[in-house]
Amino acid sequence: MTGRAFAGASVPYLLVLPVVAVLGAILGYPIYDLVRLSLQKYDLFALLQHHGVSVGLHNFGSVLHDPVFWHTLLRTVVFTVVNVGLTIVGGTLIALLLVRVSTWVRLLLTVGLVLVWAMPQVVAIQVWAWMTNSNNGVLNYILTELHVGNYFQHNWYETTFSQYAMVTTLIVWGALPFVAIAVYAALAQVPHELVEAAQIDGARGWRVFKDVTLPVLMPLLLILTSLSIIWDFGAFTQPYLLIGPGQQVQSNYLMSTYLYVEGYGRTDFGRGAAISLLMLAIVALLSVVYVRQMLRVGEEQ
Amino acid sequence: MSRRGRLGWNTLGVVLLALLAFPVFWMVSTAFKNNDQINSYDPVWLPGHPMLGHFRDAMHRPYFWTDVKNSVIVVLATVVISLAISFFAALALAKYRFTGRKLFIVLVIGIQMLPQAGLIIPLYVVLAKHGEVNKLSGLILVYLTFALPFCVWTLRGFLLGIPKDLEEAAMVDGSSRLGAFVRILLPLVAPGLVATSVFAFITSWNEFIFANTILHDDQHRTITVFLSLMYGGARFVDWGAIMAASTLIAIPVVIFFLLVQRRIAFGLTAGAVKG
Repeated sequence: MTGRAFAGASVPYLLVLPVVAVLGAILGYPIYDLVRLSLQKYDLFALLQHHGVSVGLHNFGSVLHDPVFWHTLLRTVVFTVVNVGLTIVGGTLIALLLVRVSTWVRLLLTVGLVLVWAMPQVVAIQVWAWMTNSNNGVLNYILTELHVGNYFQHNWYETTFSQYAMVTTLIVWGALPFVAIAVYAALAQVPHELVEAAQIDGARGWRVFKDVTLPVLMPLLLILTSLSIIWDFGAFTQPYLLIGPGQQVQSNYLMSTYLYVEGYGRTDFGRGAAISLLMLAIVALLSVVYVRQMLRVGEEQ
Repeated sequence: MSRRGRLGWNTLGVVLLALLAFPVFWMVSTAFKNNDQINSYDPVWLPGHPMLGHFRDAMHRPYFWTDVKNSVIVVLATVVISLAISFFAALALAKYRFTGRKLFIVLVIGIQMLPQAGLIIPLYVVLAKHGEVNKLSGLILVYLTFALPFCVWTLRGFLLGIPKDLEEAAMVDGSSRLGAFVRILLPLVAPGLVATSVFAFITSWNEFIFANTILHDDQHRTITVFLSLMYGGARFVDWGAIMAASTLIAIPVVIFFLLVQRRIAFGLTAGAVKG
């Protein structure tokens, strides 16, 4: 190998070196530290002393024997399934609607979708809190006026179920535009001739969608679904702020708020680290589908 | 499609638009109302005489401008640093085949999937050990972990879009491969760089979890934390000021988002949609 060729071979490594170095220092090291923390009793005192007391697998044992952990996991799974289901189905339906409306409606609807998409999370949360406040929230007014029931000064944040109805509405509202616009773009790839051929063969509505459109959308829907699962499983800001920082309790924890309150809030970092690792492991498993799909796509290009 | 069918879909579309856009409308409309209109039980849909008082209130709250300044510092530093170093890695991914390339891609995509909540504890403890808690520099470091992988992946997409002939033409001229990129191709990827940085800007500007965890005192907050603290504590919730602040914080994001949405929205699903 000549000197020039050797220098050429090392170029890509030199190019990725800065990113790898920075990520190693500011992410790799903390993750290594996370594993160490999870094996220690590490509280505020330990943080000031810069080292904790080794306790072996005690933190994991205590978390895995805690019924709160299992209830929280189950609640998070149900929450994720409901949110992802509503997001993907709703987004796809909006995309199908976009194909069917006149151009001016499509234009207006797209602008509306992009506007919703652009709303910063914390801003959306504040608007939601205002619309659903028990004193004079506009939601209570509208529901009462539509004779859905008497919602005068109804408090939406009283039961866990009702709290999560609000959080879910907020999250799905914010997530619909991304799915709708992506699916709408993919619908343009559905061959017209195939749709027409199916219609000539007597297929109608749902059949055409299931046999012709859906197979074309499948790769995209797979990616969108796995992304949404990962995002919703780790949802923190919406439940934390909308339900209220002071209202995070055992009966309404999600994985993220659970580890935040029990680990960070109570400065029991060792236990928090154990919960974090368990959560990261679950998300890593969930991400496999997405990463593999993206890798395939990345290699094809 | 039949005329009546179209009319039906159009009606559905308009109703849906009204539902989706209502929260945004309600935010802006509330920000311009007076307190009597805001506090009445029967909602006032539009302020008869729009007033700017709530915007003035929001901006005159203690630390509003300090926190805006903090956000701008953190966001600019994150964008500049991550763009500068991720560009080279993106170049390597887009134009070279090398051993370990696949592993690097898995790393880049995988990190973006990590739930932020799961990283609160280790990042907080490590920053605390190095005296970086409650400092903007600590927050910038945290934001780099998320901005870098995103920038690498998105810039890679833009670099792939550059025609091979241009690259080869540059090499025929005797430039080295790297030299060719810098002199001839850099101007071509400028739009991609702008779009990527705007998107990194938006994500850091909107971030709440780490800003809330790492920064503690009034002088060191970002604007999202400022907004989250406007609610709560007080017996009387000043919805007018909160909606005015919300509008002010959303405006730059909406403008930037509209500029780059088309270019970048599909980075996360690249390849699944052709075109």
